[in-house]
Amino acid sequence: MLGLSPADWQAIEVTLRLCLYTTLILLVIATPLAWWLAQGRSRTRVVVQAIVALPLVLPPTVLGFYLLVTLGPHGFVGRTLENMGLEHLAFSFEGILFASVLYSMPFAVQPLCEAFSNLGRRPVEVASSLGAGALDRFRSVIFPLTRGGFVVAATLTFAHTLGEFGVILMLGGSIPGETKVLSILIYDHTEAMNYAAAHRLSLMLLIFAFITLFIVYSINRRFQVARA
Amino acid sequence: MTLHIQALLRHGDDFQLQVDTELPLQGVTALFGRSGCGKTTLLRIIAGLERVPGATLRFGEQIWQQGRSFVPLHRRRIGLVFQEDSLLPHLSARDNLLYGYRRTPAALRRLHPPEVCAMLDIEGLLERRIDQLSGGQRQRFALGRALLISPQLLLLDEPLSALDTQTKREIMPFLSRMAAQSGVPIIMVTHAPDEVERLADRIVFMRDGQIECIESLGAALARHDSPLFADEGAASVLHGMLGEAAADGLRPFGPAEARLWLSAAAPVGTRPQRLQIRAQDVSLALDDPQRISIQNHLKVTIERIDPIKLQHVLVACRTGDGQLLLAEITRRATQQLQLAPGQSVFALIKSVALLE
Repeated sequence: MLGLSPADWQAIEVTLRLCLYTTLILLVIATPLAWWLAQGRSRTRVVVQAIVALPLVLPPTVLGFYLLVTLGPHGFVGRTLENMGLEHLAFSFEGILFASVLYSMPFAVQPLCEAFSNLGRRPVEVASSLGAGALDRFRSVIFPLTRGGFVVAATLTFAHTLGEFGVILMLGGSIPGETKVLSILIYDHTEAMNYAAAHRLSLMLLIFAFITLFIVYSINRRFQVARA
Repeated sequence: MTLHIQALLRHGDDFQLQVDTELPLQGVTALFGRSGCGKTTLLRIIAGLERVPGATLRFGEQIWQQGRSFVPLHRRRIGLVFQEDSLLPHLSARDNLLYGYRRTPAALRRLHPPEVCAMLDIEGLLERRIDQLSGGQRQRFALGRALLISPQLLLLDEPLSALDTQTKREIMPFLSRMAAQSGVPIIMVTHAPDEVERLADRIVFMRDGQIECIESLGAALARHDSPLFADEGAASVLHGMLGEAAADGLRPFGPAEARLWLSAAAPVGTRPQRLQIRAQDVSLALDDPQRISIQNHLKVTIERIDPIKLQHVLVACRTGDGQLLLAEITRRATQQLQLAPGQSVFALIKSVALLE
């Protein structure tokens, strides 16, 4: 189908799995983190905000290098895992998943943070006074009023993970079915002078990326129109 | 029932709030003071929205804050009404109204939607989207929503100050009806003397983050240096029943020995109304003048004469039914008429305002 080889399909499957898990994990982590960051401007918050934003400016190879060093068999985390009878994380799906979560963190945290700041504290105070506890407030007031922020955060995270290359190459290598994602496969195809295969996959990614960004900007626009 | 508050709050060097008091909670208590005096902060502390370390807050037998224990707002059962529009924008008018009611255990519900809707006259608006409601209607929904959690205490943070004069006039009767009928003690932040005169039973005067004094409305209106008089001058509030209109449309107010006539649209009620009379609108005469356009002449007894400005004095008089009426007149007039405490005179009242 679509002239794709079994290896291509395997890479697509790994890629989608990676994007999906990264997005789900990040929504769970980024929501409380963004809420906390949106509550004020204390020194600790600024430090945390800067750390979260690091992947925006660092070359992916730097992040990948440090992750390889810590998560691999000789690194602190990798060795601890091996001592506990588990496997180290370098060159594994779990490893690149961990890396993706860190690498895409700013794309989940920043839209949420902005949505929470725009919400202000009044609706939350109103809900508290009317007897809603923390989870109830989130479900019945905060989420419905910041839904757009969640859609943007999820889409950007998904799309950004899709485009990941450097970190995965450093930490995951190119193991079919485990760490070989689309971007790596395209690189491999090109290296092997298999331009037709590279082109098919590249075009798919290009179209997908455009559609994603189109959705994000339409939502942003609707938000601004609604607020005006 | 009393509310015990003890709190010390510093915001940098320039502002602090220091309160240690026992507030009686029947009826309406007004927190009155200029902006920046800390009244809204005090209200937020009572609500638990501002958590001051080391503060103590007891509501009757319940401990809301003491040492390390802290009851969050959603478990205090406090109705909160804010200054500006606070309806939840993603919910319909009906869902806003019922948001808290649905979260109140059935056993604790004392007020129910039909009676609250009738009290605030919002039955016909339930199906609207909230952007189809006027400012006054929204504020009525906010009041109803707070009432429907059957709160033990209602906190109002300047609920009228964001509204224009017309809308204020429209809401006022609902507020006083709510205060009288709901049976819930109310603490209300305000800087407007007429709101105090209309609604309050007792006043907490605040200044520079401290409570200056707590007085009943009567006591606060009886002293010539009352902060209520600082901006708009002295005024008296008379309590009485409003009667049926006479043939020419004017309506009697109060008992025969202190009868006033006024024009008002308010219904003949079963509960006493409040009438505001500005001291500047009251003149004093030794005899009852007959050929004069002013209709309201009351026989009163002078109780006290206090100098207030260079040329003026404030004369406190007792009406036939024992209420206090203030007249602001010049020193020269006082000397010409040789006014003195104990003397019987006639108060001529140029204008009165029914505080609905």
